[in-house]
Amino acid sequence: MPILVIADHDGTHVKPGFTSTIAAAQKIGGDIHVLVAGSGCAAATAAAAATAGVAKVLVADAPHYAGGLPENLAPLIVGMAKNYSHVLAQATASGKNVLPRVAALLDVAQISDIVSVESADTFVRPIYAGNAFATVKSSDAIKVITVRSTGFDGVAATGGNALVENIPAGADAGVSRVLGQDLTKSDRPELAAAKRIVSGGRGLGDGDKYRAVLEPLADKLNAALGASRAAVDAGFVPNDYQVGQTGKIVAPELYIAVGISGAIQHLAGMKDSKVIVAINKDAEAPIFQVADYGLVGDLFTIVPELTKSL
Amino acid sequence: MKILVPVKRVVDYNVKVRVKADQTGVDIANVKMSMNPFDEIAVEEALKLREAGVATEVIAVSIGVTQCQETLRTALAMGADRAILVETLAEVQPLAVAKLLKAICDKEAPQLVLLGKQAIDDDSNQTGQMLAALLNWPQGTFASKVTVSGAEVEVIREIDGGLETISIKLPAIITTDLRLNTPRYATLPNIMKAKKKPLDTITPEALGVDIAPRLTTLKVVEPPKRKGGVIVADVAALVDKLRNEAKVI
Ligand SMILES: Cc1cc2nc3c(=O)[nH]c(=O)nc-3n(C[C@H](O)[C@H](O)[C@H](O)COP(=O)(O)OP(=O)(O)OC[C@H]3O[C@@H](n4cnc5c(N)ncnc54)[C@H](O)[C@@H]3O)c2cc1C
Ligand SMILES: Nc1ncnc2c1ncn2[C@@H]1O[C@H](COP(=O)(O)O)[C@@H](O)[C@H]1O
Repeated sequence: MPILVIADHDGTHVKPGFTSTIAAAQKIGGDIHVLVAGSGCAAATAAAAATAGVAKVLVADAPHYAGGLPENLAPLIVGMAKNYSHVLAQATASGKNVLPRVAALLDVAQISDIVSVESADTFVRPIYAGNAFATVKSSDAIKVITVRSTGFDGVAATGGNALVENIPAGADAGVSRVLGQDLTKSDRPELAAAKRIVSGGRGLGDGDKYRAVLEPLADKLNAALGASRAAVDAGFVPNDYQVGQTGKIVAPELYIAVGISGAIQHLAGMKDSKVIVAINKDAEAPIFQVADYGLVGDLFTIVPELTKSL
Repeated sequence: MKILVPVKRVVDYNVKVRVKADQTGVDIANVKMSMNPFDEIAVEEALKLREAGVATEVIAVSIGVTQCQETLRTALAMGADRAILVETLAEVQPLAVAKLLKAICDKEAPQLVLLGKQAIDDDSNQTGQMLAALLNWPQGTFASKVTVSGAEVEVIREIDGGLETISIKLPAIITTDLRLNTPRYATLPNIMKAKKKPLDTITPEALGVDIAPRLTTLKVVEPPKRKGGVIVADVAALVDKLRNEAKVI
């Protein structure tokens, strides 16, 4: 039976991790169909159809699918699921919002954040903030899974030529509405997909200093900006900057942690980065235990100096 | 209205767990256990709604071993009115937790269930959404602000790109994110008072719920260790390493 992948998209683009989700589906094996549900999603549909390995894109276009409300999306997916062995979504805010709802309606377990496919029914997932990896085997007829993008090298985003088919929309459940979105605007690469990340913590002191110290470095490196929970809680930066167990999981080629102590919950979100640099005035800070290169000292002198020498 | 708050007993967030040598799980013997931090936030939000006159009663529920009573007593000491323990020694996975909570909702008829977005042990982030499905209620997940007005709740949600505001009809499910509030501490007098508050115990069998796990854990292993790094002397040395050794700039 084929595999159904739910695309996370904004109407125009599929999320960067989409190609990793397709890669996970390929590891499971079987024809790959993609559901693009939304309102006015022609461009996202084209992007999904161009992705290598996708056989068919099913499009459900209706006003009440805008914003991806799970009360409307879940019944649509449930209606399709009996024709599939697996239903996959990227472990994004929207994937995590809708897939458990789908699983419960199907009376099956949901498997969160898989980082490896062992076989069609056995998967590896991190638990306890990534301090352990569990191999779990599902006994359910349909496997409902969210995929952690950092676990899989993405397939090519182009070169595919999938069939596109419109499917009828379901009803509007009428119990939820999106009133608005307040999205962070930035010309920088998206945190979840960036090759380089400059991340700041409480040590930056406040939002103005965070920007004054880290933005020039990020500009030089063409890096995304990230943060610890403490920096987000203190209002230095918006919530979507948070890296960690309960924020974004990232694995860039270069992660520069500035004024971040390295709590378990933060490490959970970045310790799969290829190269980690830590800048901290406390030589005992746990961040140095995962850093490839550590620099002990005052970030307010080190970071500007680093920016200048690049 | 009544608010139900499911609270999970988990390994304290400060503890770095160790994987057992036989790879059957993590070692939680003699490890400090606490209420899941997101559930403290949920309890706090429920109490605020009661204090604001929106809610009349806050009921804490926990599913698991006898010691979950301690977690429930913490919720009671924070201010919850009463507690229910669904006692079992068995492993209870999110779908089964959601089914048990559904059975309790059928009895108690709450208008709002406030859960944590994620238990920090299994890191599933599923139970609230599953309960919403089973009850056929709308859900406001990853909430950073909750405003009840009449028959609707406005929820500001933390999403990947920033924030989203939704409006959902009551009865509803809400799951908490970190920025929703700062939970209060239980004071000593309130801890004493909590000992006298009602705590009922029931079993999954009595609720008529099949909690058989759908996932079997084959093994649990340590994550791959990172090779130890080096402390460099100055910025020049760092730039040299990044350029010539790591080749990332
Ligand atoms: C349920 C739960 C979930 C959580 N989820 C997350 C998560 O997803 N992500 C996350 O990051 N955290 C998370 N946390 C929080 C985590 O436990 C830590 O509290 C947080 O990561 C600390 O942030 P920080 O390193 O910026 O602050 P601190 O721990 O206060 O560290 C600040 C660091 O800055 C250094 N410093 C200060 N001044 C300077 C200077 N001038 N120059 C150089 N260095 C300086 C200090 O030496 C210190 O090491 C979570 C916690 C809980 C309970
Ligand atoms: N055993 C349990 N007892 C009470 N509440 C639970 C239990 N398991 C999960 N929950 C609730 O569901 C939320 C999400 O858990 P999870 O889906 O396991 O990440 C938690 O924050 C709790 O509010």
